[in-house]
Amino acid sequence: MSVFGQSVMRLEDAPLLRGEGAFAADIDFPRQIHMRVVRAEMAHARLVSVDVTPALDLPGVIAAWSAADVAEVPPIPFRATKVRGLEPYCQPILAQGRVRYVGEPVAVIFAEDAAVAEDAADLVLVELEELPALLDAAAEPTDFDATRNTEPTIVRKSYGELDAAFRDAHVVVALDLAIGRHSGVPMETRGAIARYDAAQDVLELHGTAKKQHWNRDEIARLLGRAPSSVHLFEGHVGGGFGVRGELYPEDLLVCLAALRLRRPVKWIEDRREHLVATNHSREQRHRIRAAVDAEGRILAIDNVFFHDQGAYIRTHGARVADMSAGLLLGPYRVPAYRATGHFRLTNKTPAATYRSPGRFEGSFVRERLMDAIAARCGLDRVEVRRRNFVDVSEMPYARPLDALGTDVVLDSGDYALLLDKALARFGWDARVADVARRRAAGESVGLGLGVFVEKSGLGPSDGVRMTVDATGAVELVTGAASVGQGVETALAQIAAAALGVDYRRVRVVRGRTDRIEFGSGAHASRVTVMSGSATHQAGLALAALAKQTAAALLQTPEDALEIVDGVVRRVDTPEGASVTLGEVARALAPGTKLSRDRATPGLTVESWFHSDHMAYPYGVHLAQVALDRGTGQVKVEHYLVGYDVGRAVNPMLVEGQIAGGFAQGLGGALYEEFRYDERGQPLSTTFADYLMPTIAEMPPLDILVTEDAPSPLNPIGVKGAGEGGTNAVGAAIASAVDDALGGRGQVTQLPIMPRDVLRFLAEGAA
Amino acid sequence: MKDHALTLTVNGAAHRITVPARRSLADALREDCGLTGTHLGCEHGVCGACTVLVDGAPIRACLMLAVQAEGAEIRTVEGLASGGTLNPLQQAFTDHHALQCGFCTPGFLMLATAMLEENPAMEEAEMVDRLSANLCRCTGYTNILRAVQAVAAARR
Repeated sequence: MSVFGQSVMRLEDAPLLRGEGAFAADIDFPRQIHMRVVRAEMAHARLVSVDVTPALDLPGVIAAWSAADVAEVPPIPFRATKVRGLEPYCQPILAQGRVRYVGEPVAVIFAEDAAVAEDAADLVLVELEELPALLDAAAEPTDFDATRNTEPTIVRKSYGELDAAFRDAHVVVALDLAIGRHSGVPMETRGAIARYDAAQDVLELHGTAKKQHWNRDEIARLLGRAPSSVHLFEGHVGGGFGVRGELYPEDLLVCLAALRLRRPVKWIEDRREHLVATNHSREQRHRIRAAVDAEGRILAIDNVFFHDQGAYIRTHGARVADMSAGLLLGPYRVPAYRATGHFRLTNKTPAATYRSPGRFEGSFVRERLMDAIAARCGLDRVEVRRRNFVDVSEMPYARPLDALGTDVVLDSGDYALLLDKALARFGWDARVADVARRRAAGESVGLGLGVFVEKSGLGPSDGVRMTVDATGAVELVTGAASVGQGVETALAQIAAAALGVDYRRVRVVRGRTDRIEFGSGAHASRVTVMSGSATHQAGLALAALAKQTAAALLQTPEDALEIVDGVVRRVDTPEGASVTLGEVARALAPGTKLSRDRATPGLTVESWFHSDHMAYPYGVHLAQVALDRGTGQVKVEHYLVGYDVGRAVNPMLVEGQIAGGFAQGLGGALYEEFRYDERGQPLSTTFADYLMPTIAEMPPLDILVTEDAPSPLNPIGVKGAGEGGTNAVGAAIASAVDDALGGRGQVTQLPIMPRDVLRFLAEGAA
Repeated sequence: MKDHALTLTVNGAAHRITVPARRSLADALREDCGLTGTHLGCEHGVCGACTVLVDGAPIRACLMLAVQAEGAEIRTVEGLASGGTLNPLQQAFTDHHALQCGFCTPGFLMLATAMLEENPAMEEAEMVDRLSANLCRCTGYTNILRAVQAVAAARR
């Protein structure tokens, strides 16, 4: 039986269970020094002066820099999209002239000891002249600098006859909706350890994640070095979720210091820093309108939104706003559409992607709209969705839109089928009856749903090199990265299934620029689709090469051979003559007769997979909630995530992704928010203020993974599984809370806090 | 700042170290004893990633000073396995997919070790209450509970 599709145990676990992992803080080098960042304490101010001399007087301090010391380093760059003109809004590695958010790096200290560096940071004199803080992205833009305002661009996308549709509509439904500011907040904070090997003239950066090759190229460019003289290394990563592994000011600062000071430089972020320095996400306000016909069918959607990017543009450019515009429509047929995304800067920590970026937001907005359409048209909430689904017969379904630079073509999917399956599994009809009974008895209970389309497998290319050594062990070198999600296991399963070996014999190398020239890393639910497809191809090619070689060794036709458990043998006489893959590898070693017929010796192949379009998994979230009328607390009584991933390489890992993603979505729906006071001081700077779900907040969670719509875009039919657990949690919980309140459309914002629920209950009683 | 010479007893082994008074137990374990399996997730006593056992009780190693731990029996994640063999709790974590990135895992293992030693017949509600002491951002917790329950069931 093929290991592809089996819930086999993870290869990653043993060192993590023994306390033998290599997380960023666990990495040390001889003679290393420690960096501490001095951060801005006002949200918006003129930076009058920075005096580091008192810090330099402290014993153990080696160097201290402010902006003037790093003026030659360009600002943090961003990955290109179609949007132009964003460069002036990029963040310098140390603040120049103005500070624009609390937490912005203003100076850095280097010292023999981490505690001394922290002591010294307190001695740096930073003179600030406070300016008014802009905290609302939907307010009128103000000045960013002397020549620019705080709206770098407007993301516009449209198709169809929008004005005519609204003119002819039976009803127009308009909503004003907002999503709160929250983010990935992995359990491991960031860390960066740079080392300059003067003997080889190579700069190394350790503690990296997610995007090693792009980061390597940019670090090299910004520091004026050849990319081949800069290498990034990934150890264990304590959660990624979009925020970890982006290029931040601290990454450049440790590299620059290692080059200048000629000693390894270690920086480990503390949690308070993390909450103000690492990417925020999500905060958006949508003013959305739908034109609808008499049967509840959507004629057009007009999506005007305000994206709160925070103080600067960092590595993502306008990507989240781009996705919020291009992917909003989800599973529905919408004849005309217009998105106007006001991409705006405020005096908050810069924002970028967090698990299901643009889609958590978009699903909340779209599904609130669907509930409102149902209410206005007097239709059942489930029925209004069914009436508007793109039908399975229409697949692949090309939308005249783009997102992330590729055309949106829904590759496969049967949305109505998954909705039916999910409702049946959840026992929706029985719960409707039960909820009615409990309401009659005075309880505030409700049911909610959210239907969505995710995206995954962002191209354009990924490659792997797969090699069998003389002992039969397999090494798979990828340009992918791991943020703890099980990449090694999934890729090893795909490799093992294609080649014919035990998956435990496959060692997966990831996150290292010194082992493979190109790579796209781990983000956007892309690894299983892109690197997985390349691995599958490589495994098949390696199997063909092994059989071809074994055919010569065994004097047997190739097509009479099979590979089982690392042994090449005859299909018809499995107990007869055979060779192991290790023996085949030895027969192809440099200098052997067989190796001379090939361009490259060894039992090794390199394979690349290319894709122009994304694969679109899809899902249904269903929720049952009860409101505590006394405290305003929302108790989620039952939850179901139904998700079609095309094909599941390892169902246990897929379910793990969904469960973890759900918990994060639950945080964004009910608990987590970066709040600020009126002067822009952050109020969520500890885990006592920024509230992430514990096990006590987890409801009974049912997970339904289906494989009804394999992707036609890749040879293994897979779609990414990483983000569907998060996508519609805000949507489904909002729908359920609103239902519990009587279905009046009161829930228009996330997170839904107890004080909001109490207000809604009071409004309902009035 | 005055340095203090002290001996920490960790997983049965004595570590003679010299640390400043302000050094936390977590930092001493990691930097002075070389035991980096104890992780720091928040350094303000909320996340529980640094949970270790001091005289059998789970404590936040970020909130205790190293000098306070002298004379105590300290147990960390490095002490769980015997040689090449994972202990039943570690094995249950892998069997039930109770870890993803693994950063919070040492803290949960030590927290659960104390729970199971105290009362393997613990009711599910109390288990949930106890496990809510620690944060995990990857798993959604359900599989952690299943792993702990599996070990508890085997011990009863």
